[in-house]
Amino acid sequence: MGITGLVFVVALIVLLVKEFTVSPSQFAQATLIGLTNGAVYALIALGYTLVYGILELINFAHGDVFMLGGMFTITFATHFFNLHHGQGFAIIPIVFATLILTMLACGGINAAIEFLAYRPLRNAPRLAPLITAIGVSFIIEDIGLAWKGPNYITAPDVFPHSNVFSVGGVNYQWNHLLVVIITVPVLLALLWLVQQTRQGKAMRATAQDQDAAAIMGINVNRTISFTFLIAGCLAGAAGTLYALWATTVRFDQGFQLGLIAFTAAVLGGIGNLPGAVLGAVTIGLIQSWNEALPWHMPGSDWTESIVFSILILILIFRPEGLLGERTPEGG
Amino acid sequence: MTTTGTHVGTQGESPSDDVVGFRNQLRARWQALPERTRIGTAIGLELVLAILFFFVDHSLGIAVGVVAAVYWIFRLPLLPWRLASQVVLTGLFLIFGPRSFGVLLAIGFALFWVPRRHRTWVLPLAAVAGSALYPFYQQKMFTIPVFGVWPDVATGVYMLVFIMMAVGLNIVVGYAGLLDLGYVAFYATGAYTAAWFASEQFAHRRWHFGAVGLDPTLPGIHITIWILLLLAGVITAIFGILIGLPTLRLRGDYLAIVTLGFGEILPQIARNGDNLFGTGINLTNGPNGITPLDSLGFGNTLSRWTGGFLPANFLQCCNANVLGHQIQSTDVFFWVAIGLLLITVFCSLRLQYSRLGRAWIAIREDETAAAAMGIPLMRTKTWAYASGAFFGGVAGAYYAVFKSATFPGDFFFNISVFILCMVILGGMGNITGVIVGAAFLAYLNQEGLANTGSWINTNIHFGSHHPNIDVPLYASGIYGLIILIVMLFRPEGLIPSRRRAAELHEGVHDESLYDVAHAGAEA
Repeated sequence: MGITGLVFVVALIVLLVKEFTVSPSQFAQATLIGLTNGAVYALIALGYTLVYGILELINFAHGDVFMLGGMFTITFATHFFNLHHGQGFAIIPIVFATLILTMLACGGINAAIEFLAYRPLRNAPRLAPLITAIGVSFIIEDIGLAWKGPNYITAPDVFPHSNVFSVGGVNYQWNHLLVVIITVPVLLALLWLVQQTRQGKAMRATAQDQDAAAIMGINVNRTISFTFLIAGCLAGAAGTLYALWATTVRFDQGFQLGLIAFTAAVLGGIGNLPGAVLGAVTIGLIQSWNEALPWHMPGSDWTESIVFSILILILIFRPEGLLGERTPEGG
Repeated sequence: MTTTGTHVGTQGESPSDDVVGFRNQLRARWQALPERTRIGTAIGLELVLAILFFFVDHSLGIAVGVVAAVYWIFRLPLLPWRLASQVVLTGLFLIFGPRSFGVLLAIGFALFWVPRRHRTWVLPLAAVAGSALYPFYQQKMFTIPVFGVWPDVATGVYMLVFIMMAVGLNIVVGYAGLLDLGYVAFYATGAYTAAWFASEQFAHRRWHFGAVGLDPTLPGIHITIWILLLLAGVITAIFGILIGLPTLRLRGDYLAIVTLGFGEILPQIARNGDNLFGTGINLTNGPNGITPLDSLGFGNTLSRWTGGFLPANFLQCCNANVLGHQIQSTDVFFWVAIGLLLITVFCSLRLQYSRLGRAWIAIREDETAAAAMGIPLMRTKTWAYASGAFFGGVAGAYYAVFKSATFPGDFFFNISVFILCMVILGGMGNITGVIVGAAFLAYLNQEGLANTGSWINTNIHFGSHHPNIDVPLYASGIYGLIILIVMLFRPEGLIPSRRRAAELHEGVHDESLYDVAHAGAEA
């Protein structure tokens, strides 16, 4: 295994160096966009990782909660706050308020899903909640479909497209940077929550051993609900950023992006928070390199196949992921 | 052995003393009522329901009444009351119509007069006969309330194909307990195998083998469908083994995700396969799909023997007229599908009680214990995969031949979940359940949802406001809802296998400590 992995990594590096020499500016551009991709994926992937860490459940519905987040964002921003292009700095409080509202809405929905669909199956065989999660995912997808219809809906394109810098043909625009700028504090807040607060301690204890946590006086059910709430909030944040950055949302986007983000979580080591971020950035970069690099890359037709191949290879050869997982599963 | 006297704990109390939970209390109080009151209340409620529905849609009200009547008829003493009421009910429909429903009712009642020990073979036989004769009476059937007219024969073929797939998936999920979320990959493999070897896809080759009714100079590979079905099954089974070998050592949810990955990759290869990696190899014709495919044919000899009932090939189909029914090519496809399904079900049943089948169940119930008893885990699981894949491949190939086309758009993740939903709804591990669940859902998908939708849009209205819901659009959400409801309230499915039900209710985990009181109250 070790040699296979090494050969694979070396081949990848050689490929990337070749790409870089063919066109350094395109390479840099693709890398920067990949970071933005990765930031959005990181927010979604963290939700998967949090839930998996505590319940060992792949929450298929998570990607669809993210999609709902995009829809909430568009509704809040355009209908409540009348957000539109060319408002200058007035967009800052509006985007902030939309972000908070969307996070709350998605967090509430995610916690409700846990309460209604997963909690009754806590003691069922392991596959039962997984199958249920698929069902919930389909239901939410169709709620989105019934709400906003089968076509793409557009968000107002309010993030400025002017260049942050433009060096040697590499243009980095503000709308890409803004996504990263908003993501980082959210990630830091999450790390602080999980590692420094009492509630975070309860989450970590419950993830390690539910029974022991219960004996120590932790309200396990409430902790699990809280975890789903946080995961939903992250999905909501990702939804807001994605909607305002990509400016289009459709009911079936959540599933695909959710699976990509799940791959990121597995790549980093599911259950491991920094791992999820690392995996997400890696996947974001791979996707953007694949789609934007000039020299013999498979192109966007093959993005899903590449991402899923990574998923399969990781699960087969290194189920604990890049940074290792806490859970005893896999292998 | 003598009792030593002291029991520790509360084991001596009778269970009825500590009824916990609102639902259980309600049930206990209901059961405490005298029987006469209970029956009266139930019949009264049903009557009210029937009358209410009668105002929405007359036939629905009648249907509710009939269902209630049939239920109570079967609780009557055998002779003379049950027979008499059955005759009266049937007679009413035979006289006042719809007459076809009267006949159906009569057959149904007659089947239940068959002694119990003979039912095990009479009921399946009646089901097979009823399906085989379906093309003859389909036109004459009554309209079902809400669901509309009976499905046409083409829908029947669709249903049969999906029942085959569900039975195949049931081997993987129901018997062996391996969650496969990428079953559509097997479907696709079968379909594309059929498409490659029975069309003009590889036009630079010209190789005919037993294909009937084709111009011998036609380019492309043309193998007779009969061999091709087997070939598709074998190739798909090999593909299943190839997928299985590296992945089957993963457990539970990881395996599900990996199969999901394969189920997503394969259709993408099909979609991009018109120019694989820019090499110019056209493997799948991309999004345009491969069409047309060669059709079924029985050859001249067989056709002559059956007096033209089985067509020699589909260019000359069909000139037989049986029982006043002009045989269509769809009918022949329908009968062949029944034949294939029977083979599938036979194999599946034989597998279930074979050494291999028992090994699957052992692995499903406790992998570690099974391994300790000497069951080779990998080999056994791989066989489950291969068998499931085989039937998926045959079904996929047959459906591609029936449609005479293969498009990459047919192989979405939705289909995997759709087939999984069939298995779950019917009852994992139980063939009868899976067949019923699959038939119902496949029907819903093809005709039922559209019919139900138009029924809702015409009959349910608030004043003059009619809703305009495009029900088939929400098909996947409806399947999701079915999955959710079944998993929450009846995880063993509608027609459960007893063994699987016990497993699902006990759970295979140790009960967690903090929740024991709660779980105990629920059970």
